[in-house]
Amino acid sequence: MHGFRRDKKEEEDGSGSHSLLHLDKSSVLQEARATFNGTPVVARKCSHVLTKILMVLNQGEAIGKEEATETFFAITKLFQSRDQAVRRLVYVCIKDMASISNDVIIVTSSLTKDMTGKEDEWRAPAIRALCRITDAQMLQSIERLMKQAMVDKTPQVASAALTSSVHVARTNPEVVRRWLNEATEAASSSGEGLVQYHAIGLLYTARKHDKLAVRKLVSKHARIANRSSLACCLLIRIAAKALEEDDSVPNSGEMMDFIEGCLRHKSEMVIYEAARSLVGLNATNPKELAPAVSVLQLFCSSPKPTLRLAAVRTLSAAAAIQPAAVSACNLDLENLMSDGNRSVATLAMSTLLKTGGESSVERLVKQISSFMADIGDELKVEVVRAVRSLCEKFPRKASTLSATLAQMLRDEGGVEYKSALVDALIAVLHDDNDARNAALSHLCEFIEDCEHTSLATRVLHVLGREGPKTARPAAFIRYIYNRVILEAAAVRAAAVTALAQFGAHCPQLLPSILVLLRRCALDQDDEVRDRATLYIAIFQSEDQSLISSFISGEMHYSVTALEKSLKNYLKTSCSEEFDMKTVPIATPLEQGITSGSAPGSAPIEPVVARAKATVKEDPLEKVPQLAKYSPVFKSSGPLALTEALTEYTVSCVKHVTGSHVVLQFTCENTLTDQLLEDVWVQVEGDLEIVEIVNIDELKCGVQQSCYTVVELPDVDNLSSTFTLACTLKFKVRDCDPTTGEVDDGSYDDDYVLEDIEITVADHIQKVLKADWAAAWEELGPQNELEDTFALSAMNTLQEAVKQIHSFLGMQACERSDNVPEGRSAHTLLLAGVFRGGHAVLVRSRLALSNGVTMNLSVRSTDPRVSNLITQSVG
Amino acid sequence: MSLLREPTLYTIKAIIILDNDGNRMIAKYFDDIFPTTKEQRQWEKNLFNKTHRASSEITILDNLTIVYRGNVDLFFYVVGSSSENELILQSVLTTLYDSVNSLLKKNVEKSCLLDNMDSICLILDEICDQGIILENDYQTIASRCALKGDDISLGEQTVAQVRDYKTLSYYYFIAKTEELYEF
Repeated sequence: MHGFRRDKKEEEDGSGSHSLLHLDKSSVLQEARATFNGTPVVARKCSHVLTKILMVLNQGEAIGKEEATETFFAITKLFQSRDQAVRRLVYVCIKDMASISNDVIIVTSSLTKDMTGKEDEWRAPAIRALCRITDAQMLQSIERLMKQAMVDKTPQVASAALTSSVHVARTNPEVVRRWLNEATEAASSSGEGLVQYHAIGLLYTARKHDKLAVRKLVSKHARIANRSSLACCLLIRIAAKALEEDDSVPNSGEMMDFIEGCLRHKSEMVIYEAARSLVGLNATNPKELAPAVSVLQLFCSSPKPTLRLAAVRTLSAAAAIQPAAVSACNLDLENLMSDGNRSVATLAMSTLLKTGGESSVERLVKQISSFMADIGDELKVEVVRAVRSLCEKFPRKASTLSATLAQMLRDEGGVEYKSALVDALIAVLHDDNDARNAALSHLCEFIEDCEHTSLATRVLHVLGREGPKTARPAAFIRYIYNRVILEAAAVRAAAVTALAQFGAHCPQLLPSILVLLRRCALDQDDEVRDRATLYIAIFQSEDQSLISSFISGEMHYSVTALEKSLKNYLKTSCSEEFDMKTVPIATPLEQGITSGSAPGSAPIEPVVARAKATVKEDPLEKVPQLAKYSPVFKSSGPLALTEALTEYTVSCVKHVTGSHVVLQFTCENTLTDQLLEDVWVQVEGDLEIVEIVNIDELKCGVQQSCYTVVELPDVDNLSSTFTLACTLKFKVRDCDPTTGEVDDGSYDDDYVLEDIEITVADHIQKVLKADWAAAWEELGPQNELEDTFALSAMNTLQEAVKQIHSFLGMQACERSDNVPEGRSAHTLLLAGVFRGGHAVLVRSRLALSNGVTMNLSVRSTDPRVSNLITQSVG
Repeated sequence: MSLLREPTLYTIKAIIILDNDGNRMIAKYFDDIFPTTKEQRQWEKNLFNKTHRASSEITILDNLTIVYRGNVDLFFYVVGSSSENELILQSVLTTLYDSVNSLLKKNVEKSCLLDNMDSICLILDEICDQGIILENDYQTIASRCALKGDDISLGEQTVAQVRDYKTLSYYYFIAKTEELYEF
């Protein structure tokens, strides 16, 4: 535009900078009001000023609500101009100001007029602007117009209507669901451009919870050849998602064929999407993975960096699942290590770390340091994960590798990178005894100069746990006490706790530890002082049980659940003592999630995973009738009570609480011509039903839960297994599958389900004891029961271990669930907590002799529990 | 890295054009990855530092995949999630660049870009709507977004046209009359 150019020329003599880059917000808004309100409207001037407004918004300067509204109203005046440029810029301005200005809906009628007008160039942007400013109430009035626009013959208009509907569906899904007939029509039209892509996207967004509809969507469009590459990629994703959720669907073969067929598509984008989805579907076996890997291998030698990065990234993920399948690409990956793009080179290396053999480890690791200097944190984390999985794969190289990790710890890096490193070193500690000392001293060195409080406290905790078990525990004291002198309060407190651990586990160090703790008791921070004082008092009492329960023992309670229980307690009159036994136990899985149980497949966003684990809600809190049974002590996994693909599918989750079992039945009705009402499950057997929560109405294709609560007898009368026969009871109302019209009359019906068993495992929650032997001693022999069994059906020790482990549902400690090969005897150590908070420990000594002979010793805080467990095994 | 993405049309997290000092020419964020302008600017600085010297066309920063392209004194960026199909992002970048290239008649440089900022705003608006790819054909986009710099205002234009029309018909009338008179 001439206006800008003139400005620029003036400026160029001086600063050499363009006027649009140095706009003053208030003068632009001033100018806007003056120009837009003037008569006649000068189009050139107006579009110039509109661009200035857009630039002010673009520079991110905050505009006040009042200013914005005033300017917005001035802009609306411009609808009287029919200038192409002005109108188009007005649309953009309306959208950009929609969120910062008041009363934007006043332009509704102007936009509606443009949307239905003759100017094609105006209709599409008008639709998009209109949907941005419309609220839920106004939506009704434009419904008809939106439906028309979706099937408009101009692709631009149809696309605008479809994408806008996707935006609207985010806030008003139920309205958009009424527009799907038109969307279906648009999806199957042979319209040019991206109409099909947008239509499929909208259909999926609206129907993604309806598995049947999703399946139909894929199979219908998979057959149509005339698709844009983007539509094709979207379909692959939809198919992959459906397969991932449930690969037993009837047309899974068809979907798989579709994805595999896309490997031969003409567009690289589609080929890559297909390959990546095949890799992502973890279930794929090496044979299915091979075609995907071979197209990715071809991409590795592409001249385009984007393609190379995409390929190596996906190969790297594939290597985490199936290193063997990817090792065919090792040569290509070696070449990529010298790639100009650092991201490509690093990913190639971390992939090689996963696929390479033991012999190449040292050579690769030497190259790591040359990479680390100039790559981003995400990739560094990737490399660290690869090194960590190497440590697990090749324990003999663990000390070399942990030296490399320690070297990396000394370099600069963000908290996420450092924390991945610390995690890796901690994992080495657990896995390998030879490398333990080296890894511990690396960690000690690290906290000497660590700026991240969270990491320092974590390392101190690990030192407190692992340090006392080493040959020379005294060596660690200096490192830990240094923290007390130098660090922030949180770190000092952690250091005090770590010191106490040494005091509890190493009696010879106790006098010196007490001296140090006394010094800590003079700290200026409350928490540090309190901890020190508490520990001193406990040590001075010389009461071994106090020491073990408050210092060396571990807390197994789920922290979120504890917080909730305490809050609930505070709401009561607090006249009774708080009972720790009502607090649910955290499962070892939950505890272990921070350290990442499977390093190879660890999610790239561990923070998210962690957040999910902690916000896991009590399932009973959501149902008001059941809240009184909360908290849940243990929930089983879902158990199918019907065959797949029957008329009604029902699965059951057992929630065991203090004195009841809440059976949650998730029901799905797959019959399109029936509407079920008052759905509930009758259970018959040794236990009494105390409460039923039924489903009022169950439509086809919807999953809902009904609940049946049974009361458990107290421990004395508890038998080891209860069997419950289940029947699904409901009223049927016939309905028309196409119109959804429901008949008035209904009739009762029932449907027999499979039996449910409540076994010993349902009463026991897993608990991980780091030091099983100490816990065993602590429980003492008073409630010990011992018995010997012959397990004639078992042929190997591993089989027996697996069987006992799953039968009792307890946590195997000290890695005793793995039987070393070639042994004829093995001891399995199990730990758990019985419903009601009774600790249970089981030692099962197994010997191989014509079947497996088992000597079982059970210790518990409650003799009845020991009794029950021994009985149940027999 | 999760390879299976939620099937959705929301593909693009941001489109950014920077100059050769890393200053923002125009930037559109379609996701609240960086809620404040300050964070956005800081991130753009980091991005620029990471990319302006390297000759490659793709990078990973803060769990985001960024494809980019530099020309003379401008840098074009398209940003997507780290699990997004890199080639789709690349195709969006190509559409963006080609549209701008066609609009500016191959003079893809800062001063030309600024002179045609109104059309550039429209191009961005036509390529991507709140994160959804709206159009991927650069010729269609360029033809839709080329605004002819009409120097005549609406008022003047109509008056002038009306006057022209009147004058013409006046002469026509005279000519006709003269013809008539001749007979």
